[in-house]
Amino acid sequence: MKGLDRNLPTWVNVGLLPLLNVVTALLISAVVFWLIDVNPLEAAEILLYGAFGYQEGIGFTLYYTTNFIFTGLAVAIAFHVGLFNIGGEGQAYIGGLGVGLLCLALDASVPGPVLLLLSTLAAALFGAAWAFIPGWLQAYRGSHIVITTIMFNFLASSLMVYLMVNVLREPGQMAPQSRALAETAWLPFMHDLFAAIGIEFERSPLNISLFLALLCAFGAWVFIWKTKWGYEIRTVGSNQQAAVYAGIKPARVMLLAMAISGALAGFVGVNEINGVQHRLLLDFHYGYGFAGIAVALMGRNHPIGIVLAALLFGALYQGGAELAFEMSNVNRDIVVVMQGLVILFCGALEFLYKPLIANMFKEKTA
Amino acid sequence: MIDTLILTLDATMRVSTPLIFAAFAGMFSERSGVVDISLEGKMLAAAFTAAAVAYLTNSAWLGLGAAIMVSVSLAMLHGVACVTFRGNQVVSGVAINILAAGLTMTLGLSWFKQGGQTPQLTDAARFSIIEFPGAEMMRDVPVIGGIYSEMLSGHNIFVYLAFLVVPFSWWLLFRTRFGLRLRAVGENPKAVDTAGISVHRMRYAALLCAGILCGFAGAYISSAQNAQFVRDMTAGQGFIALAALIFGKWRPLPVLGACLLFGFLDAVAVRLQGVEIPGLGKAPIQLIEALPYILTVVLLAGFFGKAVAPKAIGLPYVKER
Repeated sequence: MKGLDRNLPTWVNVGLLPLLNVVTALLISAVVFWLIDVNPLEAAEILLYGAFGYQEGIGFTLYYTTNFIFTGLAVAIAFHVGLFNIGGEGQAYIGGLGVGLLCLALDASVPGPVLLLLSTLAAALFGAAWAFIPGWLQAYRGSHIVITTIMFNFLASSLMVYLMVNVLREPGQMAPQSRALAETAWLPFMHDLFAAIGIEFERSPLNISLFLALLCAFGAWVFIWKTKWGYEIRTVGSNQQAAVYAGIKPARVMLLAMAISGALAGFVGVNEINGVQHRLLLDFHYGYGFAGIAVALMGRNHPIGIVLAALLFGALYQGGAELAFEMSNVNRDIVVVMQGLVILFCGALEFLYKPLIANMFKEKTA
Repeated sequence: MIDTLILTLDATMRVSTPLIFAAFAGMFSERSGVVDISLEGKMLAAAFTAAAVAYLTNSAWLGLGAAIMVSVSLAMLHGVACVTFRGNQVVSGVAINILAAGLTMTLGLSWFKQGGQTPQLTDAARFSIIEFPGAEMMRDVPVIGGIYSEMLSGHNIFVYLAFLVVPFSWWLLFRTRFGLRLRAVGENPKAVDTAGISVHRMRYAALLCAGILCGFAGAYISSAQNAQFVRDMTAGQGFIALAALIFGKWRPLPVLGACLLFGFLDAVAVRLQGVEIPGLGKAPIQLIEALPYILTVVLLAGFFGKAVAPKAIGLPYVKER
């Protein structure tokens, strides 16, 4: 893996250094809390209570977690092939568009289970297509993927505004929203599932797409580490020239990775449109794509790490809402600050402590 | 017809101004080999600082100074992350963008208690409009009068400064020793290192220039074009500037052209809001707004011309020992 120092023991490389980075990010977050006159410990307590203290809170936390698993995995798969997909935002948006279009067309005629299966496929297909184009431009025309995916985020949002305002808006409504989808297009809520087996659980947006997310995480682990394609992706990611000598075609492998990455981001549309909103609307995807970058970096691009990091971010999102509710001088944007700090210290400054730690070990062995 | 055109061009001047500042900021940074997708974040932070400080001190100039300082600090953070510690430049840029979005809202809410906005600036705390001599007199002269008194006269100082930044940056980058070294660091850092010049110092200097220019862009948006800071005020202009930088192939005159073109498209989109075009129906505003992105993607794909980035862009420099 990139950036690992072979002179350091494994537990330092994958344990101590990332931990130090996370701790630094949290410490600086505490300073920000202190700057706005909020006791960081008190804030942490409210945050934790909001995220895990009662059933509805837990439901919201896991609902956010679902989205973060999708976008975190999306960023990670692209990282493994050596590409930085910052287009998760747009791919999630277009994935939702796929779900919406399919359900608006078929929800009257197709039975529920088939419709939900088709929606999932539509989300994957639309998301994959929106990532495939930048992937193709990178692989075959050499256009830098960071720039093209940024441009595609804006294109996705222009396209959605156009469609929602001019084409898909419910007749007679002012708000740019489609009509509500038929109940056949709704994913079962967790509280309804629990009620069916006799357990009472407070209402929350949490629905069974959480299982889809966990399945994707497991699938991603199998795919990246146990299949030929995953091997090719990792090879291209670590040394493109070596991959060519091994008979791998990097361009094709990049396309595959980008398509899968986009499909994963597109699943946000399943959770949001089939699961919660039950209609197509604007900005349901907002922020999840960028948060996926933080999740992937914090989870070190490994599905287990990503699920844990997604849970942490889910808790921050939900706890942040609680915090904004409890304290008048804090709003949810404090979570955005923490997200930025995580990206800074776990990503950009990931080598911050390496020289220091490396020195300490050198002295010991010398 | 002519009047509409002159009014649209007048708006183009105003809309293009922050794009020019930011795109030239990007030019300094990227010509030295440091990818800068944090133009947006630096502008946003600068816009917030300018509005906040101008409100508290009642001085637009102090606001501008503070905005430049904040923008430069973010640029230095970018430098520490990806020049000194050789981190990923794109990741660092993303981090700065997100940090700026979060911090402006968090601090704004805590300091001013207005839901994250800053209070409205009085005229004294804003940059005022400069009228050219005789603009009033010229107003009634057909065509030339309109161009002189509408389009050229009656902007604030930033608009004129932006058009001075272009020749100045060209001179600095292409006619001085500093500029030659800066560009060389972006093409072949090893050669520059061999000549005994510090690659790291050159890149920090480039980031300093980028920080200053983004400070101007941000201050313009909140304390000249508008009179307060509101949530997500820069609204993607930093990314449009980045697109303009690439569309202009990292060269001063074409980049200026791209900024003006993108600004013009924006002005046209605003003008066509809700207008019916005969035979077409409602004007496709979203399409016009999306054109800068579409054009940039098409150019990057190499379908017309070729945008060649500085050779060493995105690569941290490791000095061999």
